Amino acid sequence: MIRFLIKRTAQAAVVLLLVSVIVFVLLHQLPGGPARAILGPKATPQAVEHFNHQQGYDRSLPLQYVKYLGRLLTGDLGESYKLNQTVSSLLADRLPKTLVLTGLAIALAAVLAIPLGILQAVRRGRAADYLLTGMAFLAYATPVFFLGLVLILVFSQRLQLFPAEAPQADTVGGILGDLPGLVLPVVTMALGVIAAFSRYMRSAVLDNLGEEYVRTARAKGQSSARIMARHVLRNALIPLATLLGLYLPTLFSGALVVESMFNYPGMGLLFWNAAQGSDFPVLLGVTFVVGVATVIGSLITDIAYAVLDPRIRSVS
Amino acid sequence: MTATAAGTAPAAAETAVPTPSLARRTLAVFTRNKLALAGAVVLVALSAFCFLGPLFHSTDQVHTDLGQANLAPGSPGHPLGTTDLGYDMLGRLMTGGRTSLEVGLAAGLLATFIGTVYGSVAGYFGGWLDAAMMRITDAALAIPALFLLVVVAAIVTPSKLVLILIIASVAWLSPARLIRGEALALRSRDYIHAMRLMGGGGTRAVFRHIVPNAIGTVVVNATFQIADAILYVAYLSFLGLSIPPPAADWGSMLSAGITYTQVGYWWLIFPPGIAIVLVVAAFNFIGDGLRDAFDVRLQKSGGNR
Repeated sequence: MIRFLIKRTAQAAVVLLLVSVIVFVLLHQLPGGPARAILGPKATPQAVEHFNHQQGYDRSLPLQYVKYLGRLLTGDLGESYKLNQTVSSLLADRLPKTLVLTGLAIALAAVLAIPLGILQAVRRGRAADYLLTGMAFLAYATPVFFLGLVLILVFSQRLQLFPAEAPQADTVGGILGDLPGLVLPVVTMALGVIAAFSRYMRSAVLDNLGEEYVRTARAKGQSSARIMARHVLRNALIPLATLLGLYLPTLFSGALVVESMFNYPGMGLLFWNAAQGSDFPVLLGVTFVVGVATVIGSLITDIAYAVLDPRIRSVS
Repeated sequence: MTATAAGTAPAAAETAVPTPSLARRTLAVFTRNKLALAGAVVLVALSAFCFLGPLFHSTDQVHTDLGQANLAPGSPGHPLGTTDLGYDMLGRLMTGGRTSLEVGLAAGLLATFIGTVYGSVAGYFGGWLDAAMMRITDAALAIPALFLLVVVAAIVTPSKLVLILIIASVAWLSPARLIRGEALALRSRDYIHAMRLMGGGGTRAVFRHIVPNAIGTVVVNATFQIADAILYVAYLSFLGLSIPPPAADWGSMLSAGITYTQVGYWWLIFPPGIAIVLVVAAFNFIGDGLRDAFDVRLQKSGGNR
């Protein structure tokens, strides 16, 4: 177990280092360098030179990378070109709000997807199963933003049930206090996750229903409900929990679209605004943080899986 | 494949030993798998609509006409209404669809090609080269594709060609991993050893043996890649980072419609949205059908967008 932990953590560290290289390379791929991007095409050569010197872009690339890495390690992600704040302080403000949005979406998805998946597995091959399968395939093919627009048209414009703008409060508490405003963004984000999780749950329950231990339990005279709750569900939920870790990139992408659409003041909106305004320190800072979160997410997933299921350890 | 043999009973008796050709197997699956067939039909219909449609319904998609702005569907000459700048919606759906389909197809194929070569090289040569190459894909995959796409699209101003290159430069990662696994399994086969004993080199092994033998995985993955690429185009356009106006694609049409949701101009939203859903679902169904045809086992990521 310890060996597995060390090996897996070392691997994650290497990947993290490479993520930093990718972000660094992207920073230097800007046409004409970052100076042109921020000072504009009409900047004088002197201004460009001054900017490059001030930002350290005139030194050799390896040296710049080492400096960059050193700053990353101390949590310094640079300073926004537009917002007059450090990227880390912007993230400290926005990241929790994104976590609230994704957390609510995941909670809603889990609450709905688990019973739906069980229902489909139990009623396999019947009308309900086909209907839900069809809906899941439809949800796979539907871009998040189209779904969001349809929800706005129906529930905000036509029925006037929920506002089309997300809560605009400064604090996490303020955002949670405006529940009607959260409904459409959270539902938009959750639907794709529900489709994926319920498909997964369906096949996990089906796999477990075919296992010997279910037959044994049945032979002992246990009721179907009890078998489902005590045996099948427990075993089917372990992989679902780990699926969550692998789903992080999708969730972040979803947050990017949903936040820019509903004007939700999270990390995704920060990123989108930075893309519109060529605010490269913010763009690359967010990209780096999202990459780190994904790597750590899959590391935790693997470790959790190894703890829950000893067979994994011996294989890897 | 017994069902295939039964379907072509007279011929099957004589040609029972050789396996049916790739094309024949594909055809057989398409006639059996109704969803794949439906996907193919939808795809042909949508392509005809986008590429041949303008011959029957010709519109001006370059010059704005504010006198004709925001007309509801059913207005004379504008069966699907007009946009806020007076473009005819039906005609725009065609021109926009051409961009989405062309860029999606080209980017999906290019990504598959790059991924196939990269993955076969890593898998065939193995060792430290494989380890290094795979850590690079791990790192790039750790950053969600959409974030990478947005950063790159913010750096360069996209044209059609640039858009294809941007999407392919991000999307090749997952086929690379997939094909690498396939190549790892193939490299220890006897015919590869035999080829090496006869003096065949690495290039020959990769292009003459590994890639042709992994072709099922490659083709199946290509269809899913195209579906994903069409979605990526739409996402980028929706976020305002695609080909600038007056050019359009289905994603940018949706993004133009967002301003008018509060006044209920639904015809700006539904046609392009439904078109995207149809074409993406069609490619996914075709991919599922092909997967059954080639009997390929691969995890469809289902997300990672």
